[in-house]
Amino acid sequence: MARLTEKTVDPASEAGYVDHPRRMGFFTDTSVCIGCKACEVACKEWNAIPEDSGPLTGMSYDNTAGLGANTWRHVAFIEQRKPMAYQEPGVDHRDIDGLALAEQGFSVSEAAEEFRWLMASDVCKHCTHAACLDVCPTGSLFRTEFGTVVVQEDICNGCGYCVPACPYGVIDRRADDGRAWKCTLCYDRLGVGQEPACAKACPTESIQFGPLDELRERAARRVEQLRADGVTDARLYGADPDDGVGGDGAFFLLLDEPEVYGLPPDPVVTTRDLSAMWRRAGAAALLAVAGAVAAFALGGSR
Amino acid sequence: MPSLGTSFGRGGATTFQQDLQNSDCIVIEGSNMAECHPVGFQWVMEAKAKGATVIHVDPRFTRTSALADLHVPLRAGSDIVFLGGIINHVLSEEKYFRDYVLHYTNAATILTEEYRDTEDLDGVFSGLDTEERAYDFHTWQYDGTEMRAASGERDQQYADQTRGGETVRQSARGEAHGSGGAEVGNPVRDETLTHERCVFQVLKRHFARYTAEMVEQICGIPRDTFARVCDALTANSGRDRTSAFVYSVGWTQHTVGAQYIRTASILQALLGNIGRPGGGILALRGHASIQGSTDIPTLFNLLPGYIPMPHARSNTDLDSFVAAESTHKGYWANTRSYLVSLLKAYWGEAATEENDFCFDYLPRLTGSHSTYETVLTQIAGDCEGYFLMGENPAVGSANAKLQRLGMANLKWLVVRDLSLIESATWWRDGPETETGEIRTEDNATEVFFLPAAAHTEKDGSFTNTQRMLQWHHQAVEPPGDARSDLWFTFHLGRRIRQKLADSTNDLDRPILDLAWAYPTKGEIDEPDADAVLAEINGWDANGIPLSSYEQLKTDGSTACGCWIYCGVYAGGVNQAARRKPGGEQNWVAGEWGWAWPANRRILYNRASADLDGKPWSERKALVWWDAEQGRWTGHDVADFVADKSPHYRPDDDARGPRALSGIDPFIMQGDGKAWLFVPAGLTDGPLPAHYEPQDSPFRNLLYRQQRNPVREVTQFVHPDNRLQPSGDEPGSKVFPYVATTYRLTEHHTAGGMSRWLPYLVELQPEFFCEVSPELAAERGLKHIGWATIVSARAAIEARVLVTERMTPLIVQGRRLLQIGLPYHWGPNGYSVGDAANELASVSLDPNSHIQEVKALACDIRPGRRPRGPDRVALVRDYQRRAGITERTGTEM
Repeated sequence: MARLTEKTVDPASEAGYVDHPRRMGFFTDTSVCIGCKACEVACKEWNAIPEDSGPLTGMSYDNTAGLGANTWRHVAFIEQRKPMAYQEPGVDHRDIDGLALAEQGFSVSEAAEEFRWLMASDVCKHCTHAACLDVCPTGSLFRTEFGTVVVQEDICNGCGYCVPACPYGVIDRRADDGRAWKCTLCYDRLGVGQEPACAKACPTESIQFGPLDELRERAARRVEQLRADGVTDARLYGADPDDGVGGDGAFFLLLDEPEVYGLPPDPVVTTRDLSAMWRRAGAAALLAVAGAVAAFALGGSR
Repeated sequence: MPSLGTSFGRGGATTFQQDLQNSDCIVIEGSNMAECHPVGFQWVMEAKAKGATVIHVDPRFTRTSALADLHVPLRAGSDIVFLGGIINHVLSEEKYFRDYVLHYTNAATILTEEYRDTEDLDGVFSGLDTEERAYDFHTWQYDGTEMRAASGERDQQYADQTRGGETVRQSARGEAHGSGGAEVGNPVRDETLTHERCVFQVLKRHFARYTAEMVEQICGIPRDTFARVCDALTANSGRDRTSAFVYSVGWTQHTVGAQYIRTASILQALLGNIGRPGGGILALRGHASIQGSTDIPTLFNLLPGYIPMPHARSNTDLDSFVAAESTHKGYWANTRSYLVSLLKAYWGEAATEENDFCFDYLPRLTGSHSTYETVLTQIAGDCEGYFLMGENPAVGSANAKLQRLGMANLKWLVVRDLSLIESATWWRDGPETETGEIRTEDNATEVFFLPAAAHTEKDGSFTNTQRMLQWHHQAVEPPGDARSDLWFTFHLGRRIRQKLADSTNDLDRPILDLAWAYPTKGEIDEPDADAVLAEINGWDANGIPLSSYEQLKTDGSTACGCWIYCGVYAGGVNQAARRKPGGEQNWVAGEWGWAWPANRRILYNRASADLDGKPWSERKALVWWDAEQGRWTGHDVADFVADKSPHYRPDDDARGPRALSGIDPFIMQGDGKAWLFVPAGLTDGPLPAHYEPQDSPFRNLLYRQQRNPVREVTQFVHPDNRLQPSGDEPGSKVFPYVATTYRLTEHHTAGGMSRWLPYLVELQPEFFCEVSPELAAERGLKHIGWATIVSARAAIEARVLVTERMTPLIVQGRRLLQIGLPYHWGPNGYSVGDAANELASVSLDPNSHIQEVKALACDIRPGRRPRGPDRVALVRDYQRRAGITERTGTEM
C-alpha cells in the first residue's frame, strides 16, 4: 500500500496546514449494509437537519431519494434480478457424499437465488480535488485540517456555484434559505476526537471512519477477501488517488457498477480544465484584442 | 415461552446475540433480524465474515435475506413441515449427534403403552376430549413413573360450574414455570434407542411423513433448496461445529406457534447444538424488556420467576400449592423457598409462618384472563375499567376493532403513553366513528390520558432478549406532567392505601398489608428504582443483599421479589449497571450487565462438555470440569452445581438438585434432560404436528385434522370476529391470498414511538402492502397506487409496492401469491394509515394465548376502500359470498 500513500496528495498540506492531523475519511462497505438507515437518522439528529418528508416514492425502501441540502447520508436500495453474492463457507466437506448430492441435482449455482437487494449509504465524497471548494467565491467552503471539505453556513451567500461544480451532485441549496449544505464529516465531532454520527450509529460497521490511508488498506484487504470467497462483483469506488478527483475522502466498496447505485462511473473534478480553459480563453482574448487593435490601426491608417 | 421452557427447562433464549459470531451456520426463520434487531445483527455479519453460512427462511425477501447466503421463501404458516422435514432428514440419514442425544436428551426414555401418536389417530394425539376441546395428557407420560401434572392440569370437576367449561388449561398453565414440572421417578431407558416405545423411535415414526416431497408440496420449497439447507445444517453441527437458530414472533404468532419453536428445539437437540458456543436457539423478543415482562410478568397467569399464578379452585393453601408445583428433582424442588421469599417481598412483616405467608392474599385465576378474553368481558359489560400502559391495542392487537368495541363499553380507561395514541382517541376519531358504529356523543367511557416519561427520563432496567438486565440512568427530568410508570404505580398504590386506611373489610387487607415503603427523591417524589431492584434481588433476615437463589429459605427469613433475578444486587451493588467494555473481556462479557440465572450467558452449558466434562472439541470449548480444583470452570459461568463432578450419580432417594447426576445438563428438568418429547407442560401435544392456520386457502396434506384441534377459538365467536372457510370448503376461494404482518426498521410496533417522529416518518411515510408483479397483474394493482385488502373481519387500504421480493410459490400444484403488510399504522400521528391488524381474527395458540397474525387468508383489489358505512357493507358482502356463518371455522 506504500504505492498508494506515496501517490496520495495531501489536501490539508496543500491547503496550507502545517503539522495537521492525518487525513480522515469514510470507507463505506456496502456488502455489509443492512439498510437500517440509522446513519440517516443519526446524521439528522446530530446536525439538526430539517425533515423533508414526502410521499412514498415507490423506489424500493428508499424514501429519501438522494443526497440533498437536507439529506447528508442517503441509503440507496436496489432490487436486482441477479444471483445473490453467494459466499462459499469454510465448511468441511469430508463427510459429504458428493456423488449422492450430484444425483439429487444439488448445485450451488443452480440453487442460488436469482435475486438480490443491494443497499448502500451514500455521502459527500470529500474529494482530494474538490471543485465545490474551487468555485466558492466567499470562502464558505474550506478544506479542514483533517483534509475534509466543509461549508460554513454563516459565510455562504447562496450563490450556488458549488452545486453544478460537484461531479457527484452532492451539495445542494435549501429551498427556504438558499444556502448550500452538505456533509461536514461531523467536523465538530472530529475536533473533540469523536467519530462522525453516522459511523457511530452504524450497527454492522458498513460505515467505517478513520485515517484514510488505513481505510484504503483495510478496503483493499476486504475486496480481496470477498473475491476469494466468490463475491467476484466486489470492487472499490473512489479509492484510487489517480481517478478524476484525485481519490475520495469517502470511498465505497460496491457489488455492482457505480451507475447501479446512482454514482458517476468516472467522476472528474469539474475545475480540472479550468486553468487550461482560462489560459485558452486568455489567449483567445489577447488574440481578439490584438485583432481589434490591428483592425483599429489598420482602419486608422486608412 | 412454553416451548423453550418445556424442551430445555427455562422460558428464555438459550444463548446470547454476541455468541452468534461463533456459529458455523445460522438459520434465521420466523424473524427478520436485520430489520427488527439491527444492532444484534452485527454478530450475524461477524459470523458470516468468519465463513459461516447464513440462511433466511421467510415468505418475503427482506433486508435479512439480502445479507444471507441463502433465502428460502416459504408459505406463511408452514414452518413445522419445513423443520419437521429436516428432523426426518437428520433421523433417517443418521446425522444426529449420537453421544449428545443419548445422554443429554430424553431420546432413550420409554413412553407408556397408552400413548397414541398422530400417526395412529390421523393427526391428533391420544387424550383428546372432543367435547372440551382439550387434551388429557396422562397418556403422554414416561413409562413406569408417576407423572404429577404440575402444568396443564385440568380442573374438570369444576368445569361444569363455569362458563364454556373453563379449565385450568385455559388459565394458561402451559406457560407456568416454563417447565413441564414433570415428576419423574426413575424413567425406564433403552440405551440402544431401539425399543419401539422409546422417544427416539416414536420421534422417527412421527416425522417419517415429513418428507422432502411434503416440504415441496406444503411449503412451496423446491427440493434442491431444501437439500441445501439440510446439508448446511448437518455439515455444520457435531463435535467441531455448531449451528444456531434465530426466531421471533414470525413463529410465535400462530394458532400452533408454540409447536413451531418446539420443532426447532427438537432439531437443535438432535444436532447437539444446545448449551454450546455458536449453537442454541435465540428467541428475539418483540421489543425492549419483553423478556423482563415475562420474567416479572405482566401476564395474568404467572407470578415472578415463572411461578404459576394460583387457581381459585385448586391447591388453595400454601402446602398443597407447593406440593403441586414442586418437583422431586431439579431446581423446581425448591419452589417453596422461591414462593415464600416472594410473599415476604410482597407483604413483609405481615407475612408469617402462621398465616401461610399471606398466600391467601394472592389473586386467583378463574379462567383465562388474557387480553382477548378481557376484551370480551368488556363487551359483555363485566370489565368496567382498564389501564393501558405503553400499549396501543387499537392498532397493535389482532382484530383491533374488537379492542375498540371493548374499550367503548368501559366506565373508565386510563392511557399512559408518550403520544396521543389511537387507544386514547378511538371515541372521537376512530374507524368506528366514521362508520357510525361508535357515536361520540353516546359513548360513556371516561378516558384519562396521562403523559408518560421516556426511558431517558427515568432510571430503571431493561431485560433484553438474551435475559440480560441493563440499567439505564436518567438523563433529563420528564417534561411537564410526564411521569415514569414507577412513579405512577407507586403513588397510585400509596393513594389507594390512604383511601382504604380505615377500612375493616378483609378484602382490603392484601393492599393495606403490602410492603409499600419505597424511598422517593426529588421534587416529584420519584421512587428510587435502585431500591426496587434491591427488593427484586432480595435480602436475608438482617437485610443483607442475597447473592444467589440457592440462599432462599422456606421459613420466611429471606425476601426476594423474583428468584431468578437473585444476584442482580449481590454485594449491595447494582450488577445490571456494570459496563466493562467488550474489548476488555472475553466474548461472553460477563461483566457487562447481569443475566439471569446467576449471570450465566449460555444456558445448559454443561452440555458443551462430554460425559467426562471435557469440551466436545477445543474449537467449541465453553465450560469444563477441572478435576484438580474439583470445579466447573471456563469462559462462562457454568450452568451447573459448581462442584458437582461429571461422575456424580445420585442415590435413588435424592431430592432436588442433588437428584440430578453429573451428566444431566438441563438442571431445571425433572430428569435433567432436554425433552425431545414433552410428557407434560404443553396443551396441544407432546410433539409438533403441522396444522393449517385458522384461515388458510389450503387443506392439510399431512393429516385429516385441518387445524390445531385445541386452538382457542370457540370462546371468541362474535359478529365482528367471523372466521373464514379453509382448504376445499366452499367459499374459501373468496380469500385466495395469504397475508403476513411484520415490522419495518423505521417504525416501532404499533407506532406510538415512531409515527410521531418526523425523522422516522420521512423514511417510511405511508402504509403499504408488498405484492409480487404476478399478483399486481392478476388483480390490476398499480405500483404506488391504492389497494384494498379484505378479510372476514375488515377492509383496509394501503399503497401498493410491487416487488420481486415477494416470490410466487407453487403449493399443492397451484400458484400461491402472498401479501406483505407492515402493521405500524393507525389514524393518529404524523404518518397515518389503516392498521393491518384490523384484518386478523382472534384465534389463539392454546399454550401462550398468542394471536395468529403471521398467516391469514384474504383478498386484495385495486383502489381505495369504501368510506363510512359502506366499509362495513363491503365486509358483510364478502362474508355473504363466502357463506360465512358464526359456525364457520370454529370446527375442531
